[in-house]
Amino acid sequence: MIRRILGSDHAAGWLFVLPAVTLIFVFGILPIGWALLLSFQQNDLLTSPTWVGAGNYRALVHDPVFRDSIRRTIVYTLLFVPLSVGGALGVALLVHRPIRFSRFYRTAVFVPVATSTVATGIIFNWLLDPTYGIANYVLGKVGLGPYGFFQDPDQALYAIVAMTVWGWLGFDVIIYLAALQGIPADLIEAAQLDGAGRWGTFRHVVLPLLSPATLFLIVWSTINALQVFDEIYVTTRGGPLHATTVLVYYLYDQAFQVFHAGYAAAVAEVLFAITLVFSIAQLWIGNRRVHYSS
Amino acid sequence: MRTWPFSPRHVVLLPIAAVMLIPLVWMLVTSVETLSESRHFPPTLVPSGIHWENYPNALDAAPFGRFFANSFIVTLASVAGNLVFCSLAGYAFARLRFFGRDVVFIVLLATLMVPFQVTMIPTFLIVQHLGLVNSLGALIAPNLVTPFGIFLLRQFFRTLPVELEEAARIDGCSRLGVLLRVVLPLSMPALATLGIVTFLWTWNDFLWPLIAISSTDQSTVQLGLAAFQGAHQTRWTLLMAGNVMALAPMLLVFVFAQRWFVQSLASTGVKG
Repeated sequence: MIRRILGSDHAAGWLFVLPAVTLIFVFGILPIGWALLLSFQQNDLLTSPTWVGAGNYRALVHDPVFRDSIRRTIVYTLLFVPLSVGGALGVALLVHRPIRFSRFYRTAVFVPVATSTVATGIIFNWLLDPTYGIANYVLGKVGLGPYGFFQDPDQALYAIVAMTVWGWLGFDVIIYLAALQGIPADLIEAAQLDGAGRWGTFRHVVLPLLSPATLFLIVWSTINALQVFDEIYVTTRGGPLHATTVLVYYLYDQAFQVFHAGYAAAVAEVLFAITLVFSIAQLWIGNRRVHYSS
Repeated sequence: MRTWPFSPRHVVLLPIAAVMLIPLVWMLVTSVETLSESRHFPPTLVPSGIHWENYPNALDAAPFGRFFANSFIVTLASVAGNLVFCSLAGYAFARLRFFGRDVVFIVLLATLMVPFQVTMIPTFLIVQHLGLVNSLGALIAPNLVTPFGIFLLRQFFRTLPVELEEAARIDGCSRLGVLLRVVLPLSMPALATLGIVTFLWTWNDFLWPLIAISSTDQSTVQLGLAAFQGAHQTRWTLLMAGNVMALAPMLLVFVFAQRWFVQSLASTGVKG
């Protein structure tokens, strides 16, 4: 009897999933509930927390830094997503068909993917140094600048956009190249036989066939953009004058610099809500437009 | 119609390649300049000589060897943990019919929707309760298994022909034996993908180590690099030498194993 139970799929199944389920419960599921609980508490991560009801959320509504951090996060996302996804589509189309040096071009575009966000931040601190940076030198050659970049409150967020597009473009290109590889050549030939020009083939054959990849990249890039942190921590630390204090930076600052962990947890819930709304809206709109072959 | 001597695509691709590579090339050039050459405008494009001393100076300024050892331990443990635990769980979810399977699976999948930033404060408190704060254990324990890995392997296992497994069962093989001797040997592409993605993610992770680790001797490469930059603000030659050392292993592996990395990323869609 015991042998039969132990030998059954019920026992084996639970034994197999037990380590994973335990770990994910402790580090994945428990924190979800706890995060919500925290957002109704005052908590400094050390002494025992006190219950404040909806106090954190009420305070958030009147917190100008928080409101501005949402605005900046959305501005950043609205710039980062089209630039990185659109740019990657262009690059992928250019290197997809065989061309001399295409291996070199691909490697050049892919290499930043392996460059960590921290290293990227340090490199761009140097490139965009207002006094000695090579960016002002090159831009000066064509009559632009000099710019303050990370040190100018009006430019810092755009400099972050440029830096992160550099870092993420290659990943999007990889996804697009894989999708382009999956387009059957005879479909394109058929379109051309029917008299479709280059633009027509692209617009009516290639682009629809790439739409699943495009939807994936838009959703994925949006989630990442809403969570941008590393590159900002290494370059501007949310400054100058809060010009790059995005949601996650504010969250980090509140929780681990000034130890308002309950308040930060309320910020985190807002981040969660924004992420969900963006993802669901994109998937909902996207799925009506995406063309899935077969 | 006029024919170009070379594809006009080069006219676009060359500047793009330049923009992608110049930051890294400039890091390399600066790392062998003298400090006074780096503090010069217009920039010194070709250094007077190759000043390797920035590298030993960077090694003296921060324990990069220690950072590498720490990152290596954390990454290795996370990759191993994911391969073992995700294989076991992925196989059970793919093939075994056990009580509560579908509910548990859906709950695990649902956690994928919650960004780490939302749960990181309680995760910190849990790690604190476990006494792991400021130790490599804090970096390893939460990363030993990922719902993503379970999902990835489950999907792959389901594409394998079940007849092979049934034949092995009839020959007296246990469930674990089937997984080890039949399923896993057929799943190398999926396991490689999970391994590579976990490697990239763990090696480059920054936010969680920033929160969980406070001392230099427990720092990972990314954390050490950020602290190094904080300590040497504008000593660009030293900073770039440190950056080159921190980046070189990953970049070399990436360039030489590019095909593997690209395939893995294309099949999953994750960058660290």
